[in-house]
Amino acid sequence: MTNRGASPVGIALLGGGNAGAATGRGAALLALGGVTLLLAPLVADRYLLSVLTTVLWFAYVGQAWNVMMGFSGLLSLGHALYVGLGAYASAALFVHFGVGPWAGALLAMLVAVVAGCGIGFLGFRFGVKGVHFALLTIAFAEVARVGFDHIHWLGGSGGFFLPVEAGVSDPLNLRGSPLLFYYVILALTGAALLLARSLLHSRLGYQWLAVREDAEAAEAVGVDLFTARMTAVAVSSALTALGGVFQAFYFNNLFPEQVFSMGRSIEIILPAIVGGIGTLIGPILGAFILTPLGEGLTFLLEVSGLELPGLKQLFYGVALVVIVVFRPDGVWPWLARRLGLVRTSAEGEDAR
Amino acid sequence: MRSGMPIDYYLNIAASGLLAGLVYGLAALGLSVIFGVVRVVNFAHGEMMVAGMYGAVLLAGYAGLDPLLSAPIVAALLFVCGWGLQRGLVNRFVERPEHMQFILLLGIATILVNGMLMLFGPDSRNVMVPYGFDTLEIGPMLLDAVRVRAGVAAIGIAVALFAFFRFTRTGKAIRACADNPLGARVVGLNLDGLYALTFGIGAAVVGAAGALMTLLVDARPQLAPEYTLLSFIIVIVGGLGSLPGALLGGVLIGVSETLAGFLLSPSLKSLFSYGVLILVLLLRPQGLLGKRS
Repeated sequence: MTNRGASPVGIALLGGGNAGAATGRGAALLALGGVTLLLAPLVADRYLLSVLTTVLWFAYVGQAWNVMMGFSGLLSLGHALYVGLGAYASAALFVHFGVGPWAGALLAMLVAVVAGCGIGFLGFRFGVKGVHFALLTIAFAEVARVGFDHIHWLGGSGGFFLPVEAGVSDPLNLRGSPLLFYYVILALTGAALLLARSLLHSRLGYQWLAVREDAEAAEAVGVDLFTARMTAVAVSSALTALGGVFQAFYFNNLFPEQVFSMGRSIEIILPAIVGGIGTLIGPILGAFILTPLGEGLTFLLEVSGLELPGLKQLFYGVALVVIVVFRPDGVWPWLARRLGLVRTSAEGEDAR
Repeated sequence: MRSGMPIDYYLNIAASGLLAGLVYGLAALGLSVIFGVVRVVNFAHGEMMVAGMYGAVLLAGYAGLDPLLSAPIVAALLFVCGWGLQRGLVNRFVERPEHMQFILLLGIATILVNGMLMLFGPDSRNVMVPYGFDTLEIGPMLLDAVRVRAGVAAIGIAVALFAFFRFTRTGKAIRACADNPLGARVVGLNLDGLYALTFGIGAAVVGAAGALMTLLVDARPQLAPEYTLLSFIIVIVGGLGSLPGALLGGVLIGVSETLAGFLLSPSLKSLFSYGVLILVLLLRPQGLLGKRS
């Protein structure tokens, strides 16, 4: 039985190469989407802008998570840890030392990379694999959740707050209107997409795919498993930490109970799973499917006046089950094939 | 040492941790049974346990049943649910990659916990028993009657489970599936049926553990993810697939949590279990009583 986790057809979507490369139609649609997002603030009201910001944030961290799971086959269920470390590191630098987020982001990423590589080092050196590795990532995120509750320098369980001044526009310190945040996260999402794309077509990217598909075979042809996996963790945790920096300065408050929660880790993995693990467009598409549906559900509840806490999460659970049962490769590979957005090689079709 | 008092005190705390740990261990036993045979990690385990807790709460509320008596009923209900879940959904994932199984059960867990949140609300619900405030004097120790009963019942159920796997034909067939699925199929065992049976048994065991748990803790939906992780920790500490390991792990975690909660601060006690988990994963990934695969 071949690994059905993420089919090779799905991986190459939108890549260079021949099979799976974007067709003219696919490229045009992508460009159209990008332009629409760039111009969206012209027509979007405050609410829509905030929804789009949330969508893009999940698309961004989903892309970051995908580097580990989708490209390298490392299932992390503790990505909230890197979001939280990035958020707390940059917020602490800003509040306690007056260091702005752009400089703080470097340290935030460093902190997350050190944590990620620490976990990776322990996991890979001691041969912790598969489900056990996923549990290791959960355990460290949970340790952080409980631990940060007791760090009074960072507000403890009472929360850590960034100063908010109304009407200040200071892009250098990431202080400003929702519009500023929208364009920042749009730029981040775009940059992450380009980075992931170029990584996938680098020597490193091919090593990742080889390790994911068959670690033993990859090792036999000379891929250093440890280095390949560690770089995947480093890239993924650094990117995720940047999402944390954004979160800290966008929401201006951090609670360990929320930031490091298991639920947050699940929210991070959802877009990529729904959109398509291992694909470049998958996480973005997944975020655009899930967040608006969740928002719509919240809206319907408000209109109908029903008090049903948990319905949104219940819906996410149903979405997970439906996707994993009916579209285990995610929505994007299927959609792209149906709409002729990518070139599919004949063998690729037959293999499925 | 100033007097004998502190020792008795610690002994008391350790004993009550041990009794709670037996119930934890029973819950983890269910997880271990499912993993050992079906090779699927039941990520909805804590959710099933809390479902069992609510079962006991409802049976106590409407029929006045003691959790010790409602445990078999709850177990039977959860057996049916577990059996159906394996038949309907999980079975088609048995051959799929691990992360797919994980995601499927994560989805089921999310549905269960939020379903319970919508049905029962976020407030905790408890079960009143006439012996709720009784204590038993055993040697130098003074133990809560509820804890003793829950612990003893947990041992009883665990022993019944061991006996089932050791002595009955079906139990032996399930063990054969666990040891060698291909061989089991070759000699004519119905693997899919036995998998469904096993998932049902695992769910029944964790349901019974949930019913017993209502003697110690009030039922809240928010407990579910916590119990899932706790069961994982216990099973990994004890050894995935090892039944005595699950009980041993439960007792270890129960005692260390209670001691840590007492010596450090209650909010730090879970940190302690995660620390134990990380150590075991790194130093002895097969668990204390597990076999190296």
